[in-house]
Amino acid sequence: MSVVRIPPVLRAAAGGAKEVEVGGSTVGDILAALVERYPGLRGQLLTDDGDLNRFVNVYVDGQDIRYLDDRATKVAERDTLIILPAMAGG
Amino acid sequence: MPKTYAELLRDARTQVREINPLQAAQIREGDPDIALVDVRESSEWEQGHIPGATHIPKSYIEQQIEAAVPDRDRPVILYCAGGVRSLFAAQTMAEMGYTNVSSMSGGFQEWKGRGLPWTMPVLLTHEQKQRYSRHLLVPEVGAEGQARLLDSKVLLIGAGGLGSPAALYLAAAGVGTIGIVDFDIVDISNLQRQVLHTTDRVGEKKVDSARISITALNPDVKVVAHEEMLTGDNVERLIAGYDVVLDGTDTFETRYVLNDAAVAAGIPVVHASVFRFEGQLTVFDTPAGPCYRCLYPTPPPPELAPGCSVAGVLGIVPGIMGLLQGNEVLKILLGIGETLAGRLLLFDALDASFTELKLRRDPECPVCSENAIAARAAGRPLPVPSFGGDAFVLGGDQAGAEGPIAGEVGALR
Repeated sequence: MSVVRIPPVLRAAAGGAKEVEVGGSTVGDILAALVERYPGLRGQLLTDDGDLNRFVNVYVDGQDIRYLDDRATKVAERDTLIILPAMAGG
Repeated sequence: MPKTYAELLRDARTQVREINPLQAAQIREGDPDIALVDVRESSEWEQGHIPGATHIPKSYIEQQIEAAVPDRDRPVILYCAGGVRSLFAAQTMAEMGYTNVSSMSGGFQEWKGRGLPWTMPVLLTHEQKQRYSRHLLVPEVGAEGQARLLDSKVLLIGAGGLGSPAALYLAAAGVGTIGIVDFDIVDISNLQRQVLHTTDRVGEKKVDSARISITALNPDVKVVAHEEMLTGDNVERLIAGYDVVLDGTDTFETRYVLNDAAVAAGIPVVHASVFRFEGQLTVFDTPAGPCYRCLYPTPPPPELAPGCSVAGVLGIVPGIMGLLQGNEVLKILLGIGETLAGRLLLFDALDASFTELKLRRDPECPVCSENAIAARAAGRPLPVPSFGGDAFVLGGDQAGAEGPIAGEVGALR
């Protein structure tokens, strides 16, 4: 299982969880499992085509998946996924 | 046996290696890491010194040399006015275990006489020396760094939760010019975190309130008030001439407008945003790192990115993030340390944890990629996602109530 860190702005759609344990060997698998568990997250994370929304970044061990293998990026057991949405508050 | 001055001097000459100014200049050229220490009095130093020298008056050598030159095997050249005091100082350093100390014969007089380069030190007023004494004691800042700060211009976009703490500390640090872009007035709900403002100034313009606080803290600082909203129409004019911009706004539109203009103008932007207990911080300083559009090519829909007035925020979170922004500003101005260009720092107040993420430049970025730069230079900037109206006015403190932000984010002319 990998740990997915849910950003504050998305926690309401994830039952208030700050971190969720999700199984899967790639980022795509893990995001699919995540939105299946919390359907409210789907529209916030993914486009209708299932791509990641451009205002959300996903990091595996501190690296942006867009510069790895995107949704095909391999995720090792115990890796942490960080979902990073744009925030504007100041 | 008591010794006369002549005997002491003779002893010192037998114990200390002496080199003349031409040799000293050659040695420094071959080994830039060599330490050059000026042991004259402050009044002499102020009349001119060798560039790059460290000033430690002879009477402070024992107390201060270990901090200035921690490595006792590092080569050191000492000089004074004529070559005598530096001899005795070198003797002292040898007693302290320094293994490679030379004294420059003929001193600064002969150095100048041979036409070697020298420089005038930055002169701070007596009051400035006292006010900034804790900076002057730090070798990485010192009088030259302090003078650089006094000569610097920083623009704060917003005198709100992020801008307030940054403004206070940058003013205290002696940043000579602080520009503030804010069209808002002080509301009592601001005071939970916007520490530039005070209860008795509720209802006043934020730029006026900020000026009062900053000037009271440090009259050295010139405050330039820009009482207007940053838009695509005025952004180039507003940021022109500033060394660094601190982005403390609370709308996406302003952040994109600022990014595009700052990239084009080559001005680094220290960026932070906050939400409840968390903050994000980075420095956008192309080409050392990406720009805002590389990180977030498009803004989220409004319901996914509420501002502080909708979602709330623990007041101390923008305080912490604003001060971290101020820290990045000072590093950029002083040219020291590693900025956050290319790195994003996440702060979680509840865990008291920081997480660092690696940021990359988007080779396809419509603003900072090679193609975008070439297109701008050719007068045909690449189009960027354009949005106007109130769709992206995301509940900024007053912005939401004030209606849509004027101006459209289009290609920069």
